[in-house]
Amino acid sequence: MTMALLVDIASWVLLSLGGAFVFIGGLGALRMPNLYARIHAASLTDTMGAMLVIAGIMLQAGASLATIKLAAILLFLLLTSPTASNALASAALLAGVRPHRNVLSKSEHSK
Amino acid sequence: MELLGLYHYWVFAVLLMIGFYAVIAKPNLFKKLIGLSIFQSAVFLLYITMDKVEGGTAPILKDGVSDALYSNPLPQVLILTAIVVGIATAALGLGIVVRIKEEYDTIEEHEIQEIDQQ
Amino acid sequence: MTILFGVFLLTLLVITALAIVRTSHLFAAVILTSIFSLLMAANFFLLDAADVALTEAAIGAGISTVLFLGALALTAEHERATTVKRLLPLGVVAVTTLIMIYATFDKPRFGDPEAPVHQHVAPWYIEKTPEYIDIPNVVTAVLGSFRGYDTFGEVFVVFTAGIGVMFLFSARPGNRKDSRRRPTAEPGQGLRHYLVPRVVGRLLIPFILLFGLYVQFHGEYGPGGGFQAGAIFAAAIILYALLEGETQALRVLPLRVLTGLVAGGALLFGGVGVAGMLLGSSFLDYSVLSADPVAGQHLGLLLIEAGVGITVTGVLLSIFHAFAARGRL
Repeated sequence: MTMALLVDIASWVLLSLGGAFVFIGGLGALRMPNLYARIHAASLTDTMGAMLVIAGIMLQAGASLATIKLAAILLFLLLTSPTASNALASAALLAGVRPHRNVLSKSEHSK
Repeated sequence: MELLGLYHYWVFAVLLMIGFYAVIAKPNLFKKLIGLSIFQSAVFLLYITMDKVEGGTAPILKDGVSDALYSNPLPQVLILTAIVVGIATAALGLGIVVRIKEEYDTIEEHEIQEIDQQ
Repeated sequence: MTILFGVFLLTLLVITALAIVRTSHLFAAVILTSIFSLLMAANFFLLDAADVALTEAAIGAGISTVLFLGALALTAEHERATTVKRLLPLGVVAVTTLIMIYATFDKPRFGDPEAPVHQHVAPWYIEKTPEYIDIPNVVTAVLGSFRGYDTFGEVFVVFTAGIGVMFLFSARPGNRKDSRRRPTAEPGQGLRHYLVPRVVGRLLIPFILLFGLYVQFHGEYGPGGGFQAGAIFAAAIILYALLEGETQALRVLPLRVLTGLVAGGALLFGGVGVAGMLLGSSFLDYSVLSADPVAGQHLGLLLIEAGVGITVTGVLLSIFHAFAARGRL
């Protein structure tokens, strides 16, 4: 098997794994019972999903300027997405949405 | 490819009518503005769909390749200016809605008409 | 593969638009509009329109959301449920949709190089750009030089919108009781309680400004140009205003400077046009600005893109400050 074929297969595996993580994150954001659990699930998309997908594309791009640009984009995403989740959670806390102590309760709002 | 092209045009028609429905049927002024912006985006989609050439790339000339196939740059120029004009007019519309809210204390259309008729 | 992707994106667009119209929570509608714009930008990119995708992402998904949220903070948050009869609008809309779908069967095949829209002018532009203007990005060449008059008018539309919003908000609101619940942070103070966004935001703002400068000056070599750069500059300053408070942002860029930017950009554009006339040729002809016509075109394009970027930045920031300052009255 040539090097190009191996790189192709590796990049496809990474892309599919990244897609799976994005799907799991989305499913979690829909099915979780309250706000904070949903933020937690959606942050999966921002980190694992982004890293795997961009790593897969970097393998496809090879050693060129595009790879460095993709690495810069990944750095930017890793810096801003957790900040956005933090800002969202802080805003929710300041607005009065309290985290659930009893995780078996099914209520949506706790105001 | 033929079905994809037709699908683009059908989505354009559906989006246009969704935006138009929001403008004529929703009494809330803010919703009307959002519907107008959806309407505009649907028109942009139509123009940019028309500019794609099969097998072409973005119209950025590459050195040394003399007969590459490029997509049409002209609708892109028109839509680029249209997007900026759209946001400018939306901002003006939002300013008017805010002023109406300050004077009438409501942004529902039928309530504004009732206050006007008193 | 791209066929599947295209179909998927278009279907998501329709679903998002339906959700926007049906929800009665206006805040959710604004956020969904931002998602709609981002999906539209991805669609534009699939259709080979790189410049347009960049503009739609920067302006539609970025600035437009901020302006809508700013206006929403000054008006109601929920749409009142309506008892108006909706059968007639639904009927009209359905019939019109069917007629339009029937009409789409007559359109030229998607991507057909022989379609009428690709004849006459467009091949002329693509052929003659290396000869007359010699820049790689044909869209910027057409926007700035071949169709420069359109762009000139459009800069003035943006300028007029900025002035219009400033006029609308120069009237005081009158004796209205402020019954609105005050948010927990004092207006004008920004996000002082939030440490992580402040630190990360202040780290990012210089890079956003640098990227805005890159997009401005690389508009001739790749996707970019004055409009996108103006939106990115405005986004950086709006981020600063959100984090540190609007009063602080007004200290950084006072309103006098903003008004100067709004007028100065349009003046620069008009000035380049008049300079062409004074040097003996017609309005907005850049070939006479320098000894070599191609170098003259480059100089002219550089100046007018700068003018466009300056005006767009000034107008977007003025509108943002107009909305933000209204909440403090």
